[in-house]
Amino acid sequence: MTHRTIAAPGGVIPAWTARLWDAVLDGDEFAAVDLVDAALDEGVEPESFLLDVVAPVQARVGAEWAANRLTVAQEHAATAINERVVAALALHPAARRTSRSAAPAGRITIACIDGEWHALPARILAEVLRLRGWQVDFLGAQVPTHHLITHIHRTAPQVVGLSSSIPTRLPTAHAAITACQATGTPVLVGGAAFGPGGDYAEILGADAWAPDARAAAELIPSIAPRTPAPQQAAIDDLPHLADQEYTMVSRTAGTLVKSIMTGLEERFPAMASYTPKQRGHTAEDVAHIVAFLATALYLDEERLFTDFITWTSGILTVRGVPALSLVPTLELLAQELSDFPRARAMITAALGTITAPPPGDAEPALPHDHGKPA
Amino acid sequence: MWEVAPYPLLVVSPSGTVEVANAAARALLPDAAPGVAIIDAAPAWLSQAYAQGPIQAVSGPIGERTYEAHPSMLGAGTAWWFADDTDHRLAREELRLERERTAFLSQASTELLSSLNMDRCMEVTARLATRHLADAALVITPRAGRRYPIAYCGPDGRVVRESLVVDPGVVPGLAEALQGFPPMPSRWIDPTAAPEWLARPEFGPVGSVVVTALPGHGVPAGVLVLLRRTDQAAFTDSEEIVARLFAARAGAAMSAARLYTEQVSITETLMRELLPPKVQRLDGVDIAARYRASVDSELVGGDFYDLHPATQAGQESLIVLGDVCGKGLRAAVLTGKIRNTLHALLPMAADHQRVLGLLNDVLMDEDNARFVTLVLASVRRDAHQVTLRLTSAGHPLPFVVRNDGTVEDVDSRGTLIGALPTIRSNTAEVVLQPGETCLLYTDGITEAKGGPLGDEFFGENRLRDELQQCAGMPPQALAERIQMLASEWVGGGHHDDMAVIAITAPRGRHLSAVGGRSRGRYTA
Repeated sequence: MTHRTIAAPGGVIPAWTARLWDAVLDGDEFAAVDLVDAALDEGVEPESFLLDVVAPVQARVGAEWAANRLTVAQEHAATAINERVVAALALHPAARRTSRSAAPAGRITIACIDGEWHALPARILAEVLRLRGWQVDFLGAQVPTHHLITHIHRTAPQVVGLSSSIPTRLPTAHAAITACQATGTPVLVGGAAFGPGGDYAEILGADAWAPDARAAAELIPSIAPRTPAPQQAAIDDLPHLADQEYTMVSRTAGTLVKSIMTGLEERFPAMASYTPKQRGHTAEDVAHIVAFLATALYLDEERLFTDFITWTSGILTVRGVPALSLVPTLELLAQELSDFPRARAMITAALGTITAPPPGDAEPALPHDHGKPA
Repeated sequence: MWEVAPYPLLVVSPSGTVEVANAAARALLPDAAPGVAIIDAAPAWLSQAYAQGPIQAVSGPIGERTYEAHPSMLGAGTAWWFADDTDHRLAREELRLERERTAFLSQASTELLSSLNMDRCMEVTARLATRHLADAALVITPRAGRRYPIAYCGPDGRVVRESLVVDPGVVPGLAEALQGFPPMPSRWIDPTAAPEWLARPEFGPVGSVVVTALPGHGVPAGVLVLLRRTDQAAFTDSEEIVARLFAARAGAAMSAARLYTEQVSITETLMRELLPPKVQRLDGVDIAARYRASVDSELVGGDFYDLHPATQAGQESLIVLGDVCGKGLRAAVLTGKIRNTLHALLPMAADHQRVLGLLNDVLMDEDNARFVTLVLASVRRDAHQVTLRLTSAGHPLPFVVRNDGTVEDVDSRGTLIGALPTIRSNTAEVVLQPGETCLLYTDGITEAKGGPLGDEFFGENRLRDELQQCAGMPPQALAERIQMLASEWVGGGHHDDMAVIAITAPRGRHLSAVGGRSRGRYTA
């Protein structure tokens, strides 16, 4: 380091964030790890580095991917480097000093829902809680509910924290939440999957929701223990599941996608000249739409589906594909699901969000990059 | 006419004197005779009915039984009919108690059954006992080492966990109850004889103490001690029933928790040998490995890998990735044998054909032999680049991801191991420049079935296409991405064991001068 920053601690944070961003973008793991050491050596609080430097950098990685300014490979590499940064921070003497000097708190389990691959937000929370004196069992990405429950029986944590970024994992999240609660353990959830205001967390009966790691760390000590209730059943939260629409749509997803692909080919003869790879990507787009519809049916939340269609329109537009290309797919889907009133209402609402003149001969969504933002 | 009515009847004048008392009424209320003031003839609860405005039905005790008195207007006076409701009232009271008991026992069952954790079961038992059976309660479980684990719940409902060195011999019956043998009834002990760790000073004066063994069905489950402020040194009949039922449930829950804990610990010990090793670097080469068993409830399966560092500097290190036919624990046990055999063959690791031949002989000799596919990778780093010698024995072919995004197949083919008496294979050599990766994987990746249409294989071509996007990725990110793509391809469907190993030639690194500290890095 050739320069010393004399500004107030709050003032130096943006500089560290900018430098970590550069290191992450260059894929320079060693520069990134050196940055952690330098920042902590200069007196930046470990918790502040996690929450005010690493977390915003990771959020920017996701945003840049969505804006098509990062490739999937860059996105994965950036995330891997941030993982290393968090690991390096945990080993730094300053972090260990902070953990040791914190008043002992309880024991907590932090895990990602099965199928959730983005472990970093949960990892950051786990490290923040360690810094605050908690005994943390961090189970990592995509934890099968079975393993989670075994772990809870073994360790009897005071609280379980579950993370999920992808809304289509919400039915799995619900199974995990109710399973944890059945052991008498309260559950805090977090991550983009639960909606901007955490509304879906409430629908699924989670005990608490937090918008970010800092809020979660503040909230966790105040979460009251649960008493299992004899009559409680998972279906009580979601009585609409009785109409079987979710079950039918999710079980026949493959068949639905096939029918829609056939329908699209009839409407757009040009699709016949697609390469197998292009056809594959189109099918994946359709499968994604079906998966989100199924999830919206599970929660009985129209917004979940319309928000996804709005988001997808945005992604398509950024990649030079007109959002109108979604219309034929939605129309065909509505046709296939004509016997399902809830599904039909959701599709109609989604079509309403794509505001534009009625579809002419818009091409179906062109293949695009299929990685997901971190 | 009224005289012979089966129910007692009093007719009372507006001025409050008895006008008529039939035979049944005289038998019930001997003082009731015509002309006697109602105040003198009937119990207060009846005469007070007059003081409270409009006359309504009233009820109350007469002797040992209770009665309802129903008024009806008779001219200017009142006729009171008496009905004995003793049995009705007792039945109602009994029903209420029974419902309370059922609710308590049902709540106890729910809470106790919800956890297989010993500590939590102890806490729940102490808390419920305090709330429903006593003013404070302790649960003591058999000794762990020199100390007895104890959960104490005070009158405030707060549970304290402790681990105390105590002598159970000083409390009559406690030592036997902790052993779970011989069976004995609940034992009321002299509160003044209770030691301080039992009758806590903050509790105040103790009226009575009872020690109950929790039935453990062959496993000593522990002891429940109830502390009460009243000095009644016995349970009522109904309390006795509830206390017994509760103790039976608590004992069953705690012995189940104990057995579960023991089983988990046995499984963990045995599993530790079978779990894939964790690694990030091997002799200066970056390595990332990912593993997921096909059965969600298990941590291991038929896929396995091992990483053996070079015994001397400058020699090759060995990476093995394999796939035993079958899955689950039985397959995992076989992987353990194969890993041990390969470990023993390490001194000849330079000769892949010889290692595979010897392993084949071992597996052919087994009675119940199963076969295995393998890829052996001998790895050596020379300055910037990494040289790999790869031999596949019936295993999916590794890929090499070049820095320019080209993906190359590795040209090594061979017979699978354990099926035929003689086997053949050839070894391919690959050189990785800094940042380039060789990917080894098992068929759980390529044979992942699903995709948007639900019934397609992930396949080698798709894997190759995806790898083209992965040029220059760090090995952790690359291995995770491949495993993620295959898992998402499967969706919620069934998948086989999946294992991935990425071997990457490290990029040149700069001299670390930050803060003057070094972590033993070197420049390349």
